Amino acid sequence: MKMLNIALPKGRLGEKAYGMFECAGYPCPSIKENNRKLIFENEAAGVRYFWVKPSDVAIYVERGAADLGIVGKDILLEYAPDVYELLDLGMGKCRMAVAAKKSFHDDRRRALIVATKFTNIASRYYAQQGRDIDIIHLNGSIELAPILSLSDVIVDIVETGTTLKENDLEEKETIVPISARLIANKSSYKFQNEAIGHIVKSMAQQLEEQA
Amino acid sequence: MNQNNAKSASAVSDALCAMYGAYGYKQYNMSKFEAYDLYVRNKDFLISDSVITFTDTNGQLMALKPDVTLSIVKNNRDEPGCVQRLYYQENVYRISKGTHCFRELPQTGLECMGTIDMFCLFDVIRLACLSLRAVSDDCVLDLSHLTPVRVVFEKLQLAKHVQDMMLTCIGEKNLHELRRLCVDNAVDETAAKQLETLVSCSGEAQTVLPKLRQTFDDPASKAAFSQLEEILCELQKVGLSDMIRLDFSVISDMKYYNGFVFKGFVQGVPNSVLSGGQYDPLMRRMGRHDGAIGFAVYFDELARLLDDDTIYDLDTLLLYDDSTPWQAVEQILRDLRNGGVSVGAQRTLPAQLRCRRVLKLENGEVTTVYENA
Repeated sequence: MKMLNIALPKGRLGEKAYGMFECAGYPCPSIKENNRKLIFENEAAGVRYFWVKPSDVAIYVERGAADLGIVGKDILLEYAPDVYELLDLGMGKCRMAVAAKKSFHDDRRRALIVATKFTNIASRYYAQQGRDIDIIHLNGSIELAPILSLSDVIVDIVETGTTLKENDLEEKETIVPISARLIANKSSYKFQNEAIGHIVKSMAQQLEEQA
Repeated sequence: MNQNNAKSASAVSDALCAMYGAYGYKQYNMSKFEAYDLYVRNKDFLISDSVITFTDTNGQLMALKPDVTLSIVKNNRDEPGCVQRLYYQENVYRISKGTHCFRELPQTGLECMGTIDMFCLFDVIRLACLSLRAVSDDCVLDLSHLTPVRVVFEKLQLAKHVQDMMLTCIGEKNLHELRRLCVDNAVDETAAKQLETLVSCSGEAQTVLPKLRQTFDDPASKAAFSQLEEILCELQKVGLSDMIRLDFSVISDMKYYNGFVFKGFVQGVPNSVLSGGQYDPLMRRMGRHDGAIGFAVYFDELARLLDDDTIYDLDTLLLYDDSTPWQAVEQILRDLRNGGVSVGAQRTLPAQLRCRRVLKLENGEVTTVYENA
């Protein structure tokens, strides 16, 4: 039997998603051990899990190192990997939003300066509006950019809005809602069709029961 | 891949060309360059819209070919009542998604242009199946037909960007977003169900076709399903139907493609290694009246699978020194070569050379240093 390789995002979301795989008949008790291992295998169940950085899950799946993976919609929109997006797991809910200082007023006579980690999402969003922008790519602490006048606005993930409030910023527009998705490698979907089909069905059922 | 029969990507590509030749296809050679204008006019047909350009001595902007089909369509003329069958083995120049840099990508494929009848369609789909089989026994051809989705879109008359988003959802098997789009755009229940069926139905024809027939009752879709059935029936007779899965998530740009579209996968390669379909709309856009169908096999994707570690640079390496006259070394090498294997000679064993067998020649005596099975 070919092992099913599943990439899980490190952190709470990955742990929650593992629970769903376990319920679908793919347990791997060793994953709950408190150690620094990255790969966990249950040969009898035919499954191998690995923890990866959340933003890398889509790469592992697209390149076939993992057959399945759990990834945020933000990553899918930003990198557009060539994968199947099989389920919206409804967990890790948040939104991609434009935020700025409360006093911000958009001066359309000049290019809008946008600081973000998600340059593709931001470019597409403003291109659809025909708004000329200048993008600054940052890797973290995006909220600092408008405070220090590095940018006019930021495009970032907003969950509760607390970080924005504490930094005297506010959400101006919502770009797209975000949640965790189950993705599959396109080739694996052909050759591990039965196992993947079973997991999708079981997870969909679990989501229905939770609703 | 059959491990007892490890083969290199170039050997498989040559074998495919020989097979296409045996099925009546003529080799088509072309220049590495085309006028850039050809690609500007058909930008959406290209997998990547970035092209390497340069200015020719006459001032014309030229491009290194990012695609082969466009050149073949452009450089051939309609021959009413005839069918042109051409195959190629070419390199194309595209941006690699991973590195964001240009790469030279080897492709082997064929084009069938002219009065395309059911035999032509069958012939090309059969050769696509045989091409995959030549690579690996563990392979799948996802076969789709664009008519059902075209019928739904013609009925709905949605804005272009909504249609594009829906096509993306179909391609991703993304049922949840598709449902949201249907709700947001007030798509009627029947059409929404039809689109959902296209996403959720995939697998063996016996299972998929009855479901599709239940959902689509328009004459164009019915005719498409009959075509699919006829082709599958013939593929069964030649022992190829087992590798076919009907999968309507195989979507190609409808500005260029119509009718049958397909993608091939082999176990062990994460992306599709073969892609093809009917492209009558492209022919019209380029002023041709003929129909056309073709496919390409991507050897950049296959190289990792095919050029595996079991392949040696050399079958036999003979290590020699001054204890044997060089004329005797040459005689031994000649004898070894007569066995039909590749043979080389060195004074010491190079670190990067993979040899199946290493022999040592000392004082006229040949001994084996090592030999792999």
